[in-house]
Amino acid sequence: MTQTDLSVILPEILLAVFAMAALLGAVYSGKDKLATLITWATVVVMAVLGVWLALSRGGAETAFHGMFIDDAFARYGKVTILLSAAAVLAISESYMTRRGLLRFEYPILVALAAVGMMMMVSAGDLMSLYMGLELQSLSLYVVTSIRRDSERSTEAGLKYFVLGALASGMLLYGASLCYGFAGTTSFEGIVAATAEGAPIGLLFGLVFLITGLAFKVSAVPFHMWTPDVYEGAPTPVTAFLATAPKVAAMLLLARLMQDAFSQVVADWSQVLALISVLSMFLGAIAGIGQTNIKRLMAYSSISHMGFAMMGLAAGTQTGVQAMLVYMTIYVTMNIGTFAFILSMSRDGQPVTEIASLNMFSKREPLKALAMLVLLFSLAGVPPLVGFFGKWWVLKAAVDANLFWLAVGGVVASVIGAFYYLRIVYYMYFGDEGDALDGTMTPVPWLALMGSALLMLVGVVNLFGIEGMAAAAAAALVP
Amino acid sequence: MTSIILFAPLIGALIAGFGWRIIGEQAAQYLTTGLLFLAALLSWIVFLGFDGETQHITLFRWIDSGTLTADWGIRLDRLTAIMLIVVTSVSSLVHLYSLGYMAHDDNFKEGESYKPRFFAYLSFFTFSMLALVTSDNLVQMFFGWEGVGVASYLLIGFYFRKPSANAAAIKAFVVNRVGDFGFALGIVGLFWMTDSVSFDVIFAESSRLGSETMHFLWRDWPAADVLGVLLFIGAMGKSAQFILHTWLPDAMEGPTPVSALIHAATMVTAGVFLVCRMSPLFEYAPYAKQMIVFIGATTAFFAATVGLVQNDIKRVIAYSTCSQLGYMFVAAGVGVYSVAMFHLLTHAFFKAMLFLGAGSVIHAMHHEQDMRNYGGLRKKIPLTYYAMLIGTLAITGVGIPLTTIGFAGFLSKDAIIESAWAGGTGYAFWSLVIAALFTSFYSWRLMFMTFFGKPRGDHHAHEHAHESPGVMLVPLGVLAVGAALAGMVWYGPFFGDHDKLNKFFALPSHAAAEAGAGEGHGAAATEAPAGADHGAAEPAAADHAGADAGQGAEGHGPAVAPEGAIFMGPDNHVIEHAHEAPSWVKVSPFIAMLIGLFTAWMFYIVNPALPGRLAANQRPLYLFLLNKWYVDEIYNWAFVRPARALGRFLWKRGDGSVIDGFLNGVAMGIIPFFTRLAGRWQSGYIFSYAFAMVIGIAVLITWMVLIGGNG
Repeated sequence: MTQTDLSVILPEILLAVFAMAALLGAVYSGKDKLATLITWATVVVMAVLGVWLALSRGGAETAFHGMFIDDAFARYGKVTILLSAAAVLAISESYMTRRGLLRFEYPILVALAAVGMMMMVSAGDLMSLYMGLELQSLSLYVVTSIRRDSERSTEAGLKYFVLGALASGMLLYGASLCYGFAGTTSFEGIVAATAEGAPIGLLFGLVFLITGLAFKVSAVPFHMWTPDVYEGAPTPVTAFLATAPKVAAMLLLARLMQDAFSQVVADWSQVLALISVLSMFLGAIAGIGQTNIKRLMAYSSISHMGFAMMGLAAGTQTGVQAMLVYMTIYVTMNIGTFAFILSMSRDGQPVTEIASLNMFSKREPLKALAMLVLLFSLAGVPPLVGFFGKWWVLKAAVDANLFWLAVGGVVASVIGAFYYLRIVYYMYFGDEGDALDGTMTPVPWLALMGSALLMLVGVVNLFGIEGMAAAAAAALVP
Repeated sequence: MTSIILFAPLIGALIAGFGWRIIGEQAAQYLTTGLLFLAALLSWIVFLGFDGETQHITLFRWIDSGTLTADWGIRLDRLTAIMLIVVTSVSSLVHLYSLGYMAHDDNFKEGESYKPRFFAYLSFFTFSMLALVTSDNLVQMFFGWEGVGVASYLLIGFYFRKPSANAAAIKAFVVNRVGDFGFALGIVGLFWMTDSVSFDVIFAESSRLGSETMHFLWRDWPAADVLGVLLFIGAMGKSAQFILHTWLPDAMEGPTPVSALIHAATMVTAGVFLVCRMSPLFEYAPYAKQMIVFIGATTAFFAATVGLVQNDIKRVIAYSTCSQLGYMFVAAGVGVYSVAMFHLLTHAFFKAMLFLGAGSVIHAMHHEQDMRNYGGLRKKIPLTYYAMLIGTLAITGVGIPLTTIGFAGFLSKDAIIESAWAGGTGYAFWSLVIAALFTSFYSWRLMFMTFFGKPRGDHHAHEHAHESPGVMLVPLGVLAVGAALAGMVWYGPFFGDHDKLNKFFALPSHAAAEAGAGEGHGAAATEAPAGADHGAAEPAAADHAGADAGQGAEGHGPAVAPEGAIFMGPDNHVIEHAHEAPSWVKVSPFIAMLIGLFTAWMFYIVNPALPGRLAANQRPLYLFLLNKWYVDEIYNWAFVRPARALGRFLWKRGDGSVIDGFLNGVAMGIIPFFTRLAGRWQSGYIFSYAFAMVIGIAVLITWMVLIGGNG
């Protein structure tokens, strides 16, 4: 462990130190009375770190003998993770306070999960990969069941934990297969071992590795925990699950595939393509039957993960770039949408029934309009940014001659448009019913409006992320 | 001055159409009428003062796209000048007439405003027609062509509460589309071959087009012929020639002034104008000209036969119009464009007058149009009677044979028949002579049934029959003067006197140095100055001039458009041959006219029972004619019903069953099925979720082994 190594992982160290210091400080002082303060402090620290990373330039550096990689791709992922985690914490503070859920452990766990995710996107070795993944996962298991007195929350946490453990086991099994056949766990070593073609055992290991990560991004057929956990977890946790961890896992998958297994692209691209098409269709079709907006968002994220994976399946640099752009847009849309979902309440109780949005436009025209923009964007209706995300991945798939995948994506997005439009229908043309009466605090309101506005004005240059994504993709895929 | 002529009607139309609420109904009517009279006055000044020199007045650049450029401009030559006086004179008189005719109309409710709309449409029509005739390129012409089509559609369907009027308007529009398709193809073809839509460029290139071929449909054709035929298809639609004539009789659903203006005097002659305007092209398109002669002669004959048995006064005149347009096309087809224009001019006067006269009769008889309910109206409406009499004398061609004294139709129609004989097509000649006989018969039949004999039908209507107001009679009088004298005044410049003709149309009569498209076509622009009396000596001189020109041009330099408003090729001597026609040819239409008159007199004055007996004797023939040769029925069977059947098939089967069925099946059957299936899998039990993961990994490994690794 040298000075250089430490300077490379400085952002992770800073965040981890902050989290541990906050934990110690809170435990020995005011405990939950400090929760609000710690929350905002975490928001600020993560946002500052995110901005710092976004502004920092530099080439690729490795630390700890290649176990940790710091390059443009990793930085892109870390910025997205940190900023989205900060945003989710910010919009959830008022909700948690009102429901009496705001314990001081919550922001600390989120920060630790973020550290794990940052580790994931920088992994250069199967060991560090697993370490980051578990740090993230364990934090998430706990925040999912943070509402200990709620049966649903506990059930969700337990389900997530058991299935997550199964997935981790598969991943570890895959890692050991890889080690057995390649003789090393470092990505560089695997590349060298597969230069002459991969033995079948290594490919089996690859599939198990994919399985473990597919569970994290909730891709079919490892998605089944998603609706139950999303529904059972407190809504702010759901918002968190739907954003930053998805980015981290998707980027880790990209890192693993394009870095360690870059010699056997043809092998894994077919597997990813299959997962992608299954996810898109299942997300679209199963989402139709949902009446709970949180479950609906679960299926929505399954479908969106399918689309993002389409970019990866292309196996090209533009494919990775398309995936990065898609994930960024997806996270932005989801933050706005969850900011709205957090505000859905009647008589002080949170409401998640879609039908409760009946004629919402009459009562809150501006919020309804913002939601309309977000839902149209989620559905991928052309003038909005959501369309461009889909357009990018479809183009990548077509360029890689995966026509059937692209056609499948278009059909699935048509089917999926149904449930987004149904919400719009309820808001604008539904029956008169029990109206929602919840009000929005300023921060979620800002998040909702800002997100919707970005969907509108982002069409001009996609907030400039295109160039950053291109640089990130170039760092990963030479 | 020409700009004022062109835009005065447009200004009138815009103000009357959009501003009548501000200026009032009366003011809108008077304004449009006044502007039209202004335009007419200026047109006559232009016409009489015109020296024959072609002028180009460019107003503004209209289209500029790649090599396609089109200016909005005015081409002022003799053809334009003639059309200007025809259009503006008839239009202004029709405006005036409409002040009286449209004053009260039972088709509109009390207090409902329709008059400003009517006048706005009339003025808009006039503007479009003027844009058509003054255009300097094919695109502007097409604009005017479609503009008159729209105006015609609006005015035929003016009584929008009558289903029959709406149907007629749609029919006119749709049938015209068929012709317009040909016209548009012709324009595009000309642009393709010459890279220009300007008349001057096209005219200059036309001799080249005559010698080149172009690929069309499945083989190569002579370019000029293909383009000529395509343009003529456009002309057929607009001018209601056989096959595409079916809309014209139905167009009589419009108000009678509309019939007089659009469907007799001006719009329907646009096709004839087009052929005359494109004469440099047609001179190199012998096959297209043959087709024009054939179609024209057939139409003249066909429409005349149908006109024999119609009972609706306006339909008789409509078929008569159709028939007379056939005459004009025969003249244009044999190559004597000046005679076609001559008949166009005279026909505009007498046919507009016949229509306005018929309108006056209809007005007097409280919108009764069936001639079987007329009779003995001579005493009730004497002025209308005299006007109609002059019109009938004009259309049947009354005059003193072998001289140039007679009513307008006598001179122009006889000139066409002589030209048809000289053009060497026996079919056209005999068709036209027989058509002349029929024309005489049905025209006199109309007169006899309307004004002679005993009153028939509703005696109430007859008792209340009254002469029309002054604003309706004045136009009749003016047009009557034209119908009587127009032929004698302009016989010389249009047909009779060669030198006058050359001067009138500004044709280069001596050295033909202007043409020079090389390749021996140098003498293209020559019209040999051969008068009727010394024709034998001149061809040599013409040949000599041609040789000179050929040497002068040598096939170098850019081609130059021929001078003059019309163009007759160096080998086109039809007009001289027509002058030398034997006496029996010249007398034959007169004899045909007398036979028609005598027969009509026998049938409807001497023995009114005769027609009924003849109809009963010759029932199949009678029905054949009464049903207009069953053309509508054939179209209904061949086009309308298959089209409807196809439409119904695509609607019920294609759209309803296949598309809706597929989408509904997917959206309401298959997808919900899978949705329920996915819902059932989502049991909530950890062991089933874990099982799914295990199955998933098995599937993925299988997939990897089977599909992956192909690269």
